[in-house]
Amino acid sequence: MTENPNTSKINSFQKEKNRDEMRKQIITFALMIFFTMIAFFAVMMGTSSTFVIPLILILAVVQVGFQFYYFMHMKDKGHEVPAALIYGGIFVTALVILTFVAITWW
Amino acid sequence: MSTATTQKRGFGAVLWDYLTTVDHKKVGILYLIGGGFFFLLGGLEALIIRIQLITPENDFISAGLYNEMITMHGTTMIFLAATPLLFGLMNYVMPLQIGARDVAFPFLNSLGFWLFFSGGILLNLSWFTGAPDAGWTNYAPLSLQSPGHGVDFYVMGLQLSGAGTLMSGINFLVTIVTMRAPGMTYMRMPLFTWTTFVTSILTLFAFPALTVGLFLMMFDRMFGTAFFDVALGGNSVIWQHLFWIFGHPEVYILILPAFGIFSEIIPTFAKKRLFGYTAMVFATFMIAFLGFMVWAHHMFTVGLGPVANSIFAIATMAIAVPTGIKIFNWLLTLWGGSITINSAMLWTLAFIPSFTIGGMTGVMLGSAVADYQYHDTYFVVAHFHYVIVGGVVFAILAAMHYWWPKMFGRILHEGLGKLAFWTFFIGFHLTFFIQHFLGLMGMPRRYWVFLENQGLDTGNLISTIGAFFMTFGIIVFLINIVYTAMKGEKAPADPWDARTLEWSIASPPAHYNFKQMPLVRGLDPLWIEKSEGNGKITPAEPLDEIHMPNSSILPLIMTIGFFIASYGFIYQVDHKAWLIAVYGGMAIAIGSMLIRSLKDDHGHHITKEELEREAD
Repeated sequence: MTENPNTSKINSFQKEKNRDEMRKQIITFALMIFFTMIAFFAVMMGTSSTFVIPLILILAVVQVGFQFYYFMHMKDKGHEVPAALIYGGIFVTALVILTFVAITWW
Repeated sequence: MSTATTQKRGFGAVLWDYLTTVDHKKVGILYLIGGGFFFLLGGLEALIIRIQLITPENDFISAGLYNEMITMHGTTMIFLAATPLLFGLMNYVMPLQIGARDVAFPFLNSLGFWLFFSGGILLNLSWFTGAPDAGWTNYAPLSLQSPGHGVDFYVMGLQLSGAGTLMSGINFLVTIVTMRAPGMTYMRMPLFTWTTFVTSILTLFAFPALTVGLFLMMFDRMFGTAFFDVALGGNSVIWQHLFWIFGHPEVYILILPAFGIFSEIIPTFAKKRLFGYTAMVFATFMIAFLGFMVWAHHMFTVGLGPVANSIFAIATMAIAVPTGIKIFNWLLTLWGGSITINSAMLWTLAFIPSFTIGGMTGVMLGSAVADYQYHDTYFVVAHFHYVIVGGVVFAILAAMHYWWPKMFGRILHEGLGKLAFWTFFIGFHLTFFIQHFLGLMGMPRRYWVFLENQGLDTGNLISTIGAFFMTFGIIVFLINIVYTAMKGEKAPADPWDARTLEWSIASPPAHYNFKQMPLVRGLDPLWIEKSEGNGKITPAEPLDEIHMPNSSILPLIMTIGFFIASYGFIYQVDHKAWLIAVYGGMAIAIGSMLIRSLKDDHGHHITKEELEREAD
């Protein structure tokens, strides 16, 4: 919207940037599918659950990161405040979980 | 559209306008009316409590009704009076302070108000069939065993109004992040806008804990689960945790906007810029950050263990540091200023010592070992009334006097304002100061009666007399509102010679607020233009069409749907026929959502010609 609507041709710099963006998106997408496959195979092969559960959780965290940073553009400029809020939320949640585990359930 | 406001309109048209409005100023006024109504209701309940305690073993009301009274007084004052009154002020003032024409999601804003209001009405309808009686904290297992539907009304009413508050919080966040006028960087935002921002963050993070807690409570009471039922393997302490994970940030949700209000009033009437602006912003964030790790100080006597108690005690006492920074900054702003003392300033000056007393008793209570002595006595009651009345209510009344001319175009009468202040101020200290000592002498809170000749008689009598003074003060304030509406002095755009953007536009502002986006050149933009420019804000854009959102009745209809469904949920345990209300209500609500999603509403434009015609 903010770009000049009169120029119908996108300049080459923009074009290069878009191509780069697309490449990153496809790589991330492939990685995410790969991670999901690892998770599936780990369960299918019947590996011990002490190994599988942390593995799946780690993969899940990485996938959430990809989702936020690549697909929802948190890596781009102008997303600092949402990022700070998300991390704030994670901090508060972690604190709550820690307290519950430490003084109520444990 | 805008010419219509100058014409005299019928009552029906005005009512329809307010029912359908998405204008942040009108929604703000609705919040003030709704919050004000519940404030009076909560005040009436407080008065009944104090009359019951005027003499030993009084039987003004029965024990059961007394329990309902204290529960509803606390719940009403926190959720339905203080929070909405502050949200009303934020709604009205914050967009004006950052140079925006509305909030980011005007439809959501209106929906938020109606949800809060219907939640409040739902909760208060319980008076006809038996109000909640398990205390405003609604602790399990007491709340699980409370007979009748009182606690169900508490759960559903707070769920509704909580949803409204949560969406307003998100709305304010998005507004402040995305809609600041050109040049309004974060560190040029007025302190009230900053505290609105931080309060909204707290709302966003704290209210989900309440929502979860209320859902679990709802399932325990209505659908036979056992989250809090120890006999079936549940854990009743989890309710306390969930409630206070929400509840402690909630008190900062109340006090931070109050701090913001005082940080606007003091520089204006001291004719100095706020001392230590950066430190004030930092302190606000520190309070919010620490505010999330102190909730267990409400639970010191539960038996969490010495390590947990120590951690929460230290975090609690740490909050005194940023709060102290604020107190000193206000004092240093006053220092050497050219001070005008009027009603708004009186409330502000009275706030500083009153709140400091409340803060100090807070540190006393924060000491886990000492708290075993104070816990559930009138000392606690005195403490939180000192911070909430001495902080939040004083702030709301100060803000009323300060922003009334901007909101309604008339200045509140000074004489009546001062009379209201002095009676309320004296009454407040009469009521609550003595309660510290009643508490230290061992008078427990929430008790229906106390016995004769235990040294509690005089103290309680004084306390009740104070409550009458406070009532008188509030009545004078109400008279002032009526008097001002009829005969009040017309307000110019900038009656206080103030500093921030909202005073650069007409009182009351046009519904599009700013004809042209203002250009902000620094902190206190209007003051900069007064001292360095020609006293007028430079526009940041040429005069052009303004895009404004359309009014809509959908938020009200959606809310009515949720209201009916909530009623159905409460009563479906008695008879399955009530499920019709659940399904019918949800159908109305979801149907309205569907209409909202499928029907395109692009808003309307105010043409350039129309704007030029209104040129002043």
